[in-house]
Amino acid sequence: MVSPAPRFLAAPRNVAQRNGLDSMDWEYTAELFLGGLTRGSIYALIALGYTMVYGIIELINFAHGEIYMIGAFTGLIVTGVLTMMGWNEVAILVIAATVAMIYSSCYGYTIEKIAYKPIRNAPRLSALISAIGMSLFLQNYVLLAQTSDFLPFPALIPEIGWWKPYSHIISSAEIVLIITTAVVMILLNFLIKFTRIGKAMRATSQDRKMAMLTGVDINGVISMTFIVGSATAALGGVLIASHIGQINFYIGFIAGIKAFVAAVLGGIGSVPGAVLGSLVLGWTESFFTGYVSSDYEDVFAFIFLVCILIFRPAGILGRSDTEKV
Amino acid sequence: MLKIDHINTFYGNIHALRDVSIEVAEGEIITLIGANGAGKTTTLMSISGIAPPRNGEIVFEGKPIHHLPPHEIVELGISQVPEGRHIFPYLSVSENLDMGSFLRKDTAGIRKDLEYVYELFPILAERRNQAGGTLSGGEQQMLAISRSIMARPRLLLLDEPSLGLAPIVVKKIFEIIAKINEENRTTIFLVEQNANLALKVAHRGYVMENGIISMTDSAANLLANDDVQKAYLGI
Repeated sequence: MVSPAPRFLAAPRNVAQRNGLDSMDWEYTAELFLGGLTRGSIYALIALGYTMVYGIIELINFAHGEIYMIGAFTGLIVTGVLTMMGWNEVAILVIAATVAMIYSSCYGYTIEKIAYKPIRNAPRLSALISAIGMSLFLQNYVLLAQTSDFLPFPALIPEIGWWKPYSHIISSAEIVLIITTAVVMILLNFLIKFTRIGKAMRATSQDRKMAMLTGVDINGVISMTFIVGSATAALGGVLIASHIGQINFYIGFIAGIKAFVAAVLGGIGSVPGAVLGSLVLGWTESFFTGYVSSDYEDVFAFIFLVCILIFRPAGILGRSDTEKV
Repeated sequence: MLKIDHINTFYGNIHALRDVSIEVAEGEIITLIGANGAGKTTTLMSISGIAPPRNGEIVFEGKPIHHLPPHEIVELGISQVPEGRHIFPYLSVSENLDMGSFLRKDTAGIRKDLEYVYELFPILAERRNQAGGTLSGGEQQMLAISRSIMARPRLLLLDEPSLGLAPIVVKKIFEIIAKINEENRTTIFLVEQNANLALKVAHRGYVMENGIISMTDSAANLLANDDVQKAYLGI
């Protein structure tokens, strides 16, 4: 018997599953709203990497979902080791996330050097195929090096005692996820707007040749973009794995596709767009599941994407004129 | 100061520059004139390291630079104002100028140069918070030149600074070019299709045809030359 493919995220409780509660009551709506916010935050952590890389080198980095998956695996290994040593949960979470971010950044950096840099001046299709190849390679590499089974991931974010009565609306793990994402977004915004490397990134994404002529080391900027994108994805990997409770080698695919949709929805290449697109996608899925049906959640998400792209091809915040000459 | 020695540059299979040799002395304004597609822009891109030559040498102040990446060439003091201005469209005017001084560390000098370009082009000071892409063509050209001045180059490469601009703006731009050459002792390598204009401001000139340097002389002699007059000056 074939077991059904596991969902990327557990669906919010459906109307039918809630006995004796009026589906229109405020608590249910708040629950769906916050559930959507959590999903949106998760998508945003992954979508950032897609959108930043696209902004700089106009490549859809299909191996990005795999970076997220590798981040989750790294987190699991570190967690296992530290749990055996008897560390406390919060310390484990911080260290697992840090190690995962560093390790995944190395992967992101290396992937760019091996799979994308040598064909940077080739037609875009070549780079795209290289990205898909990289993605399959990494999936199978983890499959062989680890296992094809789902592995349990311990819940590292502790339930806060006094919050318990409200945790059916939003759990403390979800709050941690949302706050972490918000902090990452603020830091990233600061990096892009006010630092030297951020200015170089913006210049490179707007006019690569001119950035070179003003003295920007393009290779450095591209590497930095992959490092930052990989680190946020790995952070997402650890937090989400701890939230959902299990991982396998295939989680990067679903997560990557969803985050990619979110990035396109918001306007690929735009960092605020990726965040907005993620939130819109998260809320759309959450409310649709909550009020209509959880069976067609993904279908509805993609119909929504198609509609947005018909009426606003550049995405919500995308610039239609960024096509370079 | 700059010695281009028999370089050959290719775009794919297209042999764009054939055995091109050009010399530029310190403090000079030299101009490279020629028709569309002659290889003038490619020459500048070869100097800047964007389209490195396949063979031959480019030596800047005694140091071979033809194998260096573009950012190291900028660091040595060569700045280019490319054809079509290439303003960063979503960076503000002042951020565009910041990009010009990207590799510099001398904060005081940067501030002084910023005052200098705002004095040169007061309109840029007025629009300092406006996005570069919203400026008019003439203003963008002023910004492009100012951005290169912010790099405080010893050699300034200018590609078609008159292209698509109103005559009064062109006049102003060329005055500024002469001015920065005189005041800052900046050496200038000017590529122009408007040969008449270029030869009037330059000291010496090179004529390029189909990737080959066909003639070189002082600007005054080139202006008086029959062939140049027929081919490029429309006389």
